[in-house]
Amino acid sequence: MTSRLLLPAALRHYAEEQAEVEIHGGTLGDALDDLAERLPQLERRLRDEQGRLRPHVLMFVDGVSVRGGAPMDTPVGDGAEVFVAPAVSGGTG
Amino acid sequence: MGLAILLIGTRKGLMIARSTDDRRTWATDDFQFLNQEVYSVAVDTRRDPPRIFAGVGTGHWGPLLTYSDDLGKSWTEPEEPPIGFPQGSEASVARVWQIQPATDQQPDVVYAGVEPHALFRSDDRGQSFALVEGLWEHPHRPSWTPGGGGACLHTILPHPTEPKDVMVVMSAAGVYRTRDGGTSWEPANRGIQAAFLPEDQRFPEFGQCVHKVAFHPEHPERLFAQNHFGVYRSENRGDSWAPVESGLPSNFGFALVAHPHRPETLYNFPLQADAERFPPKAKLRVYRTENAGADWEPLSQGLPTDPYYGAVLRDAMVADSGDPAGVYFGTRLGEVYASRDDGDTWALIAGHLPDVLSLRVAEIA
Repeated sequence: MTSRLLLPAALRHYAEEQAEVEIHGGTLGDALDDLAERLPQLERRLRDEQGRLRPHVLMFVDGVSVRGGAPMDTPVGDGAEVFVAPAVSGGTG
Repeated sequence: MGLAILLIGTRKGLMIARSTDDRRTWATDDFQFLNQEVYSVAVDTRRDPPRIFAGVGTGHWGPLLTYSDDLGKSWTEPEEPPIGFPQGSEASVARVWQIQPATDQQPDVVYAGVEPHALFRSDDRGQSFALVEGLWEHPHRPSWTPGGGGACLHTILPHPTEPKDVMVVMSAAGVYRTRDGGTSWEPANRGIQAAFLPEDQRFPEFGQCVHKVAFHPEHPERLFAQNHFGVYRSENRGDSWAPVESGLPSNFGFALVAHPHRPETLYNFPLQADAERFPPKAKLRVYRTENAGADWEPLSQGLPTDPYYGAVLRDAMVADSGDPAGVYFGTRLGEVYASRDDGDTWALIAGHLPDVLSLRVAEIA
């Protein structure tokens, strides 16, 4: 499965200034494992060292939030859009 | 002193100040790591070129431990995550609170203290760090509680001549010491009060919120501690502690710095109380002892005389290696003051910054 990871401006530096990158895998976890092989500095800004989505990172697969349950098990179909956004939480002013 | 470099870590980025005229004037670079907190900075001058470290974090994208070998012009982030808990530990690094080069006998060893309470060690000049398992597996760890700033290991004190002797300080767990290179650790808090506990439980084996410990390299057995209420001295590398507060307007505060050449001289920045984190009576003053804590005197020449409400955090006061010594502090009002005469007189060298979290200074050959 090949899908598109859509990045906010703050993360494009870690993707050679691209707004999106291809990722490969049938689940979000597999796709981010693939990302870790190619762009590890980008991947570790999305997940912590235990493979968990960072607390203030939002991800949507084809418009549906992956929060709750087991985010890394979320199916990612061929051609899916995986959208990344910083949550409005997490800042200190 | 040739080139002096001062790293100023703030809530929203890093600023580097440089002086080439024996610390008379300072020029500042552009802000780096915009909108990212810089809780820890370090300069490692043991090898050439010197290496600068920064512990950077954002609220969203996790912590970063990065370094520069060109005095801050460019920064390197290793491909492999430089610091992280082992798979299966269930823990993840929330913040890098302290980066501490080890002693000259171990020029490639660098320590890092993180949140949650843990110590990491690098044997390759900070490119990769490994968890110090002995402290992480300590039976006391489930009982350690977070301080107001978090569950942080904020201070690392390698013995200057005994590489296996390392002390760490954690909030709110207190002081711990290893003498076998990190395999086993013992608490070293006897005599330090935990004023926030019930009256009959105020001297526990551990659980104190010690904010900072400092010592002079020529006297590693003599330690000084700024506690959450209480300033203490130990003459036996932490086996026991006794108060040394006479002359201080308050025994609460965070920052404590040893003079680089005079073992009896230290600097302290008292705050009114834990619920009033301002300079006592709103007077901006550093306090200095020249007799190992027996007496303290206020230092204010050149500092603002109008009421001042900015606190100084635990890593936001440092001394350089000059003679006379340079002493520096940064406030939560975003100002950095410096003295180049052991603290006798002060001048503002940077202002209008975000609140200052961390300072480190070094002379670059």
